[in-house]
Order: sequence, then structure tokens, then C-alpha cells
Amino acid sequence: MSDFTDFKWSDANAVEAERIIGRYPKGRENSAIMPLLWLAQYQVAAQTGVAWLPLPVIEFVAAQIGMPKIRALEVATFYTMYNLKPVGRFHVQVCGTTPCMLRGSDDVLRACADKGLKKGEVTNDGLFTLTEVECLGACANAPMVQVNDDNYEDLTYETMTAILDDLIAGRTPKAGSQIGRTASCPEGGPTSLKEIA
Amino acid sequence: MLADKDRIFTNLYGFQPWGLEHAMKRGDWAGTKELLARGQDTIIQQVKDSGLRGRGGAGFSTGTKWSFMPKESKDGRPSFLVVNADESEPGSCKDREIIRHDPHKLIEGALIAGYAMRARAAYIYIRGEYIREAEVLFAAVEEAYAKGFIGKNACGSGYDFDVFVHRGGGAYICGEETAMIESLEGKKGQPRLKPPFPAGAGLYGCPTTVNNVESIAVVPTILRRGPEWFAGFGRPNNLGTKLFQISGHVNKPCVVEDAMSVPFRELIETHCGGIRGGWDNLLAVIPGGSSVPLVPAHQIIDAPMDFDGLRDLKSGLGTAAVIVMDKSTDIVRAIARLSYFYKHESCGQCTPCREGTGWMWRVMERLVTGDAEPSEIDLLLEVTTQVEGHTICALGDAAAWPIQGLIRHFRPEIEARIAKRRGFAVVPELPQAAE
Amino acid sequence: MPKVTVDGIEVEVPAGATVMQACEAAGKEIPRFCYHERLSIAGNCRMCLVQVSPGPPKPQASCALPASEGQTILTDSPMVKKAREGVMEFLLINHPLDCPICDQGGECDLQDQAMAYGRGGSRFDENKRAVTEKNMGPLIKTVMTRCIHCTRCVRFTEEVAGTNEIGALYRGENMQITSFLEQAVSSELSGNVIDLCPVGALTSKPTAFHYRPWELKRNDGIDVMDAVGASITVHSRTAEVIRVTPRLNDDVNEEWVADTGRFAVDGLKERRLDRPWVRVNGELKPASWGQAFEAVKKALAGVDAGEVAALAGDLAAVEDLVAAKDLLTGLGVTRLESRTDGAAYEGPAAHWRFNTGIAALETADLILLVGCDPKLDAPLVNSRILKAVRRKGAQVFRIGAGTEPAYPITDLGNDLALLAKLPADLAEKLAKAERPALLIGSRNASAEVLAAAHALAGQFVKDGWNGFNILHTAAARVGALTTGWVGEGLDALAHNPPKLLFLLGVDEVALAPFGGATKIYIGSHGDRGAAVADIILPGAAWAEKPGTWVNMEGRVQRSLRATFPPGEAREDWTIFRALADVLGIKLGYDNLDQLRARMAAEWPELGREGLTPAAWEAAKLKAGKPAGPSKPRATDFYSSNPILRASPTMRACVAEILEGRVPQLEAAE
Repeated sequence: MSDFTDFKWSDANAVEAERIIGRYPKGRENSAIMPLLWLAQYQVAAQTGVAWLPLPVIEFVAAQIGMPKIRALEVATFYTMYNLKPVGRFHVQVCGTTPCMLRGSDDVLRACADKGLKKGEVTNDGLFTLTEVECLGACANAPMVQVNDDNYEDLTYETMTAILDDLIAGRTPKAGSQIGRTASCPEGGPTSLKEIA
Repeated sequence: MLADKDRIFTNLYGFQPWGLEHAMKRGDWAGTKELLARGQDTIIQQVKDSGLRGRGGAGFSTGTKWSFMPKESKDGRPSFLVVNADESEPGSCKDREIIRHDPHKLIEGALIAGYAMRARAAYIYIRGEYIREAEVLFAAVEEAYAKGFIGKNACGSGYDFDVFVHRGGGAYICGEETAMIESLEGKKGQPRLKPPFPAGAGLYGCPTTVNNVESIAVVPTILRRGPEWFAGFGRPNNLGTKLFQISGHVNKPCVVEDAMSVPFRELIETHCGGIRGGWDNLLAVIPGGSSVPLVPAHQIIDAPMDFDGLRDLKSGLGTAAVIVMDKSTDIVRAIARLSYFYKHESCGQCTPCREGTGWMWRVMERLVTGDAEPSEIDLLLEVTTQVEGHTICALGDAAAWPIQGLIRHFRPEIEARIAKRRGFAVVPELPQAAE
Repeated sequence: MPKVTVDGIEVEVPAGATVMQACEAAGKEIPRFCYHERLSIAGNCRMCLVQVSPGPPKPQASCALPASEGQTILTDSPMVKKAREGVMEFLLINHPLDCPICDQGGECDLQDQAMAYGRGGSRFDENKRAVTEKNMGPLIKTVMTRCIHCTRCVRFTEEVAGTNEIGALYRGENMQITSFLEQAVSSELSGNVIDLCPVGALTSKPTAFHYRPWELKRNDGIDVMDAVGASITVHSRTAEVIRVTPRLNDDVNEEWVADTGRFAVDGLKERRLDRPWVRVNGELKPASWGQAFEAVKKALAGVDAGEVAALAGDLAAVEDLVAAKDLLTGLGVTRLESRTDGAAYEGPAAHWRFNTGIAALETADLILLVGCDPKLDAPLVNSRILKAVRRKGAQVFRIGAGTEPAYPITDLGNDLALLAKLPADLAEKLAKAERPALLIGSRNASAEVLAAAHALAGQFVKDGWNGFNILHTAAARVGALTTGWVGEGLDALAHNPPKLLFLLGVDEVALAPFGGATKIYIGSHGDRGAAVADIILPGAAWAEKPGTWVNMEGRVQRSLRATFPPGEAREDWTIFRALADVLGIKLGYDNLDQLRARMAAEWPELGREGLTPAAWEAAKLKAGKPAGPSKPRATDFYSSNPILRASPTMRACVAEILEGRVPQLEAAE
């Protein structure tokens, strides 16, 4: 399926697609466009190793819910997380918005650059795409990066480098805070809820 | 400091599992049927009495908002509750903690709120980037369905109520309530013209209320412990407990629940280990997420962190996302980066925002390096006023205010950069920051 | 009926009116770009901001704000002036200053409003945005850098054309208007986006760089490329028709026109018959008018009047038909026929008109299409059906084949027998419908179909509602039927062919059955009729003569002459008038006014413009059961008459839109 014109749901996803459509009232099937595009992007990733939405896939999804294809394309182009071009196996999304910037996202980006990652480009080995993204909502754990489905938080130049090294080596780095704290609990232990902790 | 017994979000950091079993041990889903049995009007009245104001930024009374919903459907249209979990405001990261560590508070709250406003279902719109968080939320909803807490005859109340989770796809603007509704309908997230307001014609043209995650998730506890308990915290008109999210140049950034109106200094000292480099090193604070103007250090240090206190400083509580900046901060760049954010997130629908955010950002970028004419500061200020108040939604205002705050408090800094770039060895005498 | 005060003027506006309408009622001009009366309200350009109290302390978009009792509206306060200047500045910062090479120049909303409401100069010191051009097909030229993102074109294709072909991709300042994959926009109404575009982003591709609007002479015309009779303005420069734009007519075309009517004007210059021709020894030879008339006289001399017949084509004006009929009647000829598509309707006018009315069709609650394809046969009728479906929830059923329309449709099957035996489900819905409409395609209006249709007439024709409609495609047809061009029918004529046949611009009929007849062709284009004619008398095309046209509803409309016929070609009625002299027959009129007076004397409805209602009468019918598939359209949308076939633009539409052939770019020279 090199050109994706024969794209169709896997058996499991065909069932999931119906479940998704069922979440919305009858006659409001258009509401399912976003979750279905998600499902399709995951399926393309599962099948090809690259998470993206080729045009024929968007057309396929639009046709399933009877949506004009230009409207589906409007949706796919409006939201940043639908990849309209192939990305690397690891989509490295570095948050560069002010809260992360204040705590060193420049260093994180520098760590990426030093590993040969360039913004908006797929590395030659197809392993990485680097994107500077807008606030990902983990500001108390800044700076952070999202690689595919996982967040890596409280980063430094060194820990970011280590994460990239792990990925290159085929290891799975531990997601979450890289300084060992629990979620957004203050470093060194909670100032509240100490009993529960 | 707020006592642990008065904290609503007892699993804020996820020291315990999020699952239903543990949630019930923490008190969720306890006697929900009895809470519902109080009746819609009583629930709304108690939420009003608690003084709860919307936690999504605007701070409108939650109970009052619910009371705008029709008491009966005259034309057969159902009503909907939409829960705004599209937490995207730079600085904000509280709803994430609720969703991934205490999702049942949200789901139970959705049932109670939906029941109170006579909604047929709730759609929880969670931002696309919260991938693991969405996984938890989907699973938590499954658990609640399996226990009969939601769905047909929810909690044995006789009320049918569905909760659906809808993932976004990466668009800050979908946090605007009508953009969220558009997005839920399968369109681009472009805000609608108001009127009509969602309570009249929202999702699928039906009466709809959009509430923030935190606003919904605190409701079960408020009802259990009583509105007067919740109203016992904070200053009048600024009641209750609140999740604060402190990021930036503090020693220990964190998310923490504390009483409304807690003074800034106390908040930072108690939970964040103080300002990096000490209080003298504090430059400025953006106290409510990127959309509110920054406040210089000396003004904020002893200010109460609540709606009115920060409004008095020409800023706002917003989502209580406190972005702290010490004196090492390139303040112009910090704000320019926010300008880029708003340019990036403008939906492009209406002219002032589509064109103005790009213009403002480009000027801001030049101000960072001083590559500008001194007159461009006033030009930029004027452009912000041409955007502010002229757009369909509040994103235009949000893009304008940080710049206005910067120019209001740091004009000399900008002027100095321009002068330096132009080769003045000595910066000309400039007026000090307006105070 | 709220009362509001606009700049101190108190006005009362209808309930539901907007603040903008209130301002207009008070005589105040409100600038706008995105707002359009016939499209949904977008409120995105923000140009129409006014100051309203009570309300928030900021300017409000007047296009979207309901007017309510006691409002005080200011349209010229400092706040409003500043708002307009601000919006105008934003619109211009990324708009190229290429007015000197922009085809919209001179009729550009942005240009005009910048003059009226803008600041003098630019304060924008950054680089301007550039946007790549988007292919939208052979009709619409795009210069997307000029786009101001008003989304009128997006809303038009969704709401009026119903094709959902244009969208706005991406977001923020990167938002771009485009069709899916830059495919050619295929809607039959696509050209209207050119008029709707308030700037020069979408302009007419065929006429790019050909003219400036102020060079053009404007004349009122009627679109004769289909039987809707859309009101148009014909823009000409010297002897050339440059373009056609729609003219407001709520009863017929609102403010739209089909692409055939708009773009086929280049067909007026191609393949023209610009001198008489006479066939000598099997070969057409150029002739003088005198020689041609003598040839006609000679041909008539050898035959009885009963052996002469005349067919009226699709593009004949009523004047032409009446003058021809008068001449032929003078010769004793009675075999006149206009139903060249084989239709069998006859009798009272209500039996062959579109009785519901084009505008009223949008109030129908059930529509049954029989052997017609409104999307191609009459795109502007189709957009009314779309409105009936979208706004009134009308259900549409179809017997016969057709293209996929823009609305949901229930296909009952391609067997006309269904009309005589409606499915029970439909019969039940029909019985309940308050305003049901039956649309029978003219080409399928056989005696059997009509018999079945009239048997159902009681279901469709009610007090105050006539749902019995013939959907015509020929602009001349209803005028011809009105003036008595009804004979034995095309089939009967072919079975008993005449020896001499007059063809008034007849190009859509298979003329093989008339192979033995001497054929005299009077018309404008060298098409199928002229190819087999023995004598050719060159006539005027629609833009070259003042003409009366009767649309499918029976609405009488007049068009003016915009240019003159080429070479020796003449207005058709004057040809018959001159021929009458040669043949020694007195017609009784020497000029257009006299001819029109003669028309009005016999058919009073032709004496005034507008619609004279036709009373319904129950039909006296021969028995007959329809059967078999419906007759499809004879041609594609862009090729249904000689002018369309001659038009290079229409040929490009066939190639690009229908056949999907993307034109090769020519090498730069």
C-alpha cells in the first residue's frame, strides 16, 4: 500500500471506528472526524512505522462518515497533531513556549541539534523529526519534550541527550520526570498531602 | 496553609493509583445517588452558595451559569454538558493532574453537573497532546460505566447520563467554548459569533454549558462537605480552594492546591522553595497564564492570589498558572515567545487576530534585538489596541495583553535595547517603569 | 418590530433584523467584506463594527448582532472610525499593492473601502505574506496573495451550489482558500464566486487581463443558455461581448448565473455564419442576400404549402418566431413545430409551464423528479431545490437517471413506469405533503409520461399551489409554445417528411429523417443544422438583437442589443420581413415596435414583461402507460447548443472539468 489508495481499517480498528461513531448522535457523524483521523494515523503508524495521514487516508475517513473531503482536509490541516507529511519514527516535540523557555528549552533544543536533529526535518536515518511545539501543558515540569506518546519532563541538556541516545540505541527511556520527582509534586517531597505520599 | 483535610484533590500527585477502587477509598462516588436526590435546583443553589467561580480563566459563577440552562425542553432538543479539558494556556497544567490522578472526581462531577443542568450527556474534550492522560480518562469512564455509575440509571438515580471522551488534535483555540463546540461537531475549531450563546444554542444547536475540568471536579466534594465549607476559604467573592501551578524561576515548580487569596509570597515560600536566587532576584510574574499581563515583582509579592486581587494589579487570576521570572529573564523575549504562541494558535477566522498576531509577533521579535525605531513601541501598542476588543473571541485580547503589560512595565528596557543597537554608548536618560 | 436609534435617527425594523439592516434602514452605509445577503453570516472580516449601547464597551459586528428594542447605535463615532481604520489596516498589511495589474481594479471592494474608511498610508514594516496560486479550473483564476479570507466563496459552494468544493485549509495567518487537491471547481454555478470575491483573489480566467471594467458598456440581457431566463448584464466593448454578470432578480436567479450563461460569450465570436450560402451541386457556395432569397423563392415554387414545414430551435427569440410564423402562415404553411426534443405537451399553458415558479420551488416540501436532471438542465432551479431541502426539509425523489445532486435524493429507479405506479411509501408521503412539486424533464414528456403525470395532477395541484412542472432546457421553447408553434409532433413529422423545411436555428435534432427535404437554415452558428442546409440565411445571436424571451415559468422578459451581428448577418425577424417582400407577402410591420405591437395584439401576455399566471385545467388525455428508462441529456452541461459548442471556454471546461485533462502549461517565451 505504497500510495495508500487501498487504505482500509484493520479488523480491530473497523470495530473501533464504529464504536467511535456511536459516541455521537445519529446524523452527527461528522463529529467523529477527529477521533477517526487519530485512529487512522495510529494505524498508518502501526503499518508503516510512521505516524501520518496521507491524503487518500483522509478521503477514506471522510467517505466513511459522509463528510465532504474538503471539510475533512480542513480539519486535518487545522489541528497541528495530524501529520500531513511523514515524520520520523520518533517525533520529538520540544515545547518552546515561555514557561519551558524560562527553564531551559533552549538547552533541550541544543541537545537535539547536537544529535543532528533539525526543526521540521526527518533525519537521514528516518529516526527523528524535530518540531518545536507550543505549550504542551506540563509547565510545572518544564522543560519538557513529547516523543510520540510519552512526555519527558524536567529536562536538561544532559538528560535530553541521554534520551536521544537511548532512542538511537533502541532502548526505551523512562517517561516522566527525569529528576525523579513524582508528577508535579515539588522536588524533594510534597509540601502537602504528606500522609498520602 | 490549607490543611490536608481541606484538600479536594487528595491524589493530586498520583501517589495512589487513579483507579475506581482507590478513588472510592478516597471518597469519590460515595452516596452520589443521595447527592442527586437533592434535586436539580438544590444542587445549583448549593454550587451558587459555595461561591465557586469558573476555574477556566473567566471566573464566572458556576452555579449561575448552570441556571441559564432550560429547565425543560420545549422543542425536544436535549441539553449537553461539555467539559473543557483542552488545557492549553501556557503555564496551565492543573487539569492534567486531575485527569491522570483523580479522574473519577471529574466523572462524578460531570454526572452531578449534567444532572443539575438536565443534560443528556457530557462530552469531555481533552486536548490532543494529553495522550496518556486521555488513556486514563477513557479507562476511568469505562470503569464508571461498568459499575453503573454513569449510563442508564446512573448510580441508581433513575437518571440516564452518558459521558463521552473526545480527543482534540492540537489547537489552543479549542479551549474557547464555542470553538470547542465547533470542534466537537467535526469542524475546524473556529469560535462562533455570540449571540447565540451556548446555553441557548450550543453543541448540535442544543442548549450547552461548557465548564472547566476543575470547576466540575470540585463539585462532588462541595456538595458532600457543604457549600459553607468551600466558602470558608478565600476572600469574599474569591472563595474556595484552588489548584495553583507554579512554573518558571522558583526553586521547586509544582502544582498545589491551596486556599484562594493566598498571598503570592506565602504560596511560593510554602510550596516552591522560594524564588530562585531569593526574593530580591524576582523580576516579574505572569500570575494567571500567558493571557494575562505580567506584574512587576514589587507589586505582586504581597498580593492576594485571587480574581479581584490580581484584577486590581491590571492582571488576572486566569487559571492560576503562575509563571515566575527572575532577573536573569530576557523579559522581552519571554513575551515575544508568547506573541509567537498566539500567532501560531490564531484560528485565522477574523481579520484583526489573523493579521494582527503576526504583525505583533514580528515587531516583538525585532524589539528583542532592538532592531526597531523607538516610535515602533507606540505603534505596537496601538496595534494591540486595534486587535483587542475587535475580534470574535478573546484570543485577540489574550494576544494583546501580554504586550501591553510588557510595555506598561518595561518600556525603558525596550528603549534601551533600541538605543544600544543603534550604537549609543550611553543609554539616554529614560523614564523609569511606571509604577 | 424593535425601534432603534442610529446616529440619532430613530428607525423601526422588522423583528429578527440585524443591527446592520437597521443602519441601512436609517440610510447609513456600513462597510463590509464577508457579509453577503444570500450567504450565512460569518462575521469574520470585522469591517462592519459599530458602537452599540447597551452592550459591552467595545465595537460590535453589526452583521451578526440582532437589533433589539431601544438600542442606540453609532456608525460614525471615534470608536467606530478607529475600529474601521484598524481592520482596514490589517486587511491591507498582507494585501499586495498590485492594483495596477489586478483585474478587480475599478470594482474592488477593498480598493473602494480603503479609500473611504482607511488610513492614508501603511505603517507595516515587515515582509508581506505571499500565497501560491491555486488551480480552480478553467473558469476561475486565482491570485491567492490577494485573498482577505472572507470565506464568501467557501460559503457559496457549500450553501448555494451545494458542492462543498472550496475550503479554507490551515489556520491563522497561514489559512488558505483552495479546492481539494486543487481540482477544478466543478459546480455549474462556480463563476459566481468571482462576483462574490470582494477582492482580486478570484477573477475570471478566460478574460484575464482583457479589459478594465470602466471600458465596458452595460446592457440588460437574459441568459438563454438554459430555460431559466436568468437576468444578466451584458458587458461589451466596441463590437465584442466581453463578459456577462448576473443581474438581481429575486423571482428567477437571485443574483447568480450559471457558468454557461456567464462564460460562453466567447462562443459568439466563433464559427459564425456571417454571409448567406446556397448549396450548388451539393456544395455550399457563398451568396448574396438577393441570390439567397431567390433560391428560397425558387425552392418554394416547386412545392405545395402542405409539403412545407418549419422547426423552431432552442435559441429563437419570440420576435423571430412570430415573424417566421407570419410569413409561413402567409404562404399557407401550417406545419410548425417547436418540440424538437420529442415532447408531447400541448393545450393550455399550464400543461407546459413550470407552474410552481422558480422562487416558490424553495417552499416545496416534497419534490419528485421525473426524467430530468436539474443540476445540469437548470442549475439555478437546482439551487432552489437545495434550499427547499436544507431550509424546509423537503424530500426529493427521482424516477429516471441523473447526476448526483447536491442534496440527498431517493432514487426510485430508472423506469418511467414507476410514475404510473408510485411506490406505496412515496404515495403516502405525497398524500400528506402540503406543497408537493412534480418536475418532468421536457425531453421525457412523452404522451405516456404526461398521461401518467396528469393522472397524478390532483395530488400536485391544490388550492393556491400548482406543483405540476415541465422542466425545460430550451430558452425558446415556452415562447414558441405560447405563439403556437405546436404541430403534429417531431415523430409524426419525420414519418411524413416535408419537401421543404425551414430550420430556425435547429441544431439539436437528428435531421436524417428529413434527408429528402430542401432545408433552409436561419441561424447564427455553423453547427449541425447549417452543415446539412441547402440555403443558409445568417442571423443574429442573442446578444446582437433586442429580444423577447419567455422562461420556463412563462415569465416574459426582454433583452437589449449589446453588439451587432457580424458581417452580413441580420436580426432574424428582419430576414423574414425581407423575405416576405421577395415572396410578395405582407406582414404588416416594418420595425420592432410594430412587430411587438402585433405580438401583443394576439398574445397579450407578450405585451408586458413579467408573469401572467396560467389557469389549471384538467387534461383530456389519450390513454398510455409510460415504460422504460428515461431519455438522458443529449449533451454534457457545456455543449447543449451551438454557442456553447463554439466557445473555447466551454471546450476547456469539458476537457478539464469533465474529462479531467489538466492543461499543459505553455513554455514561457
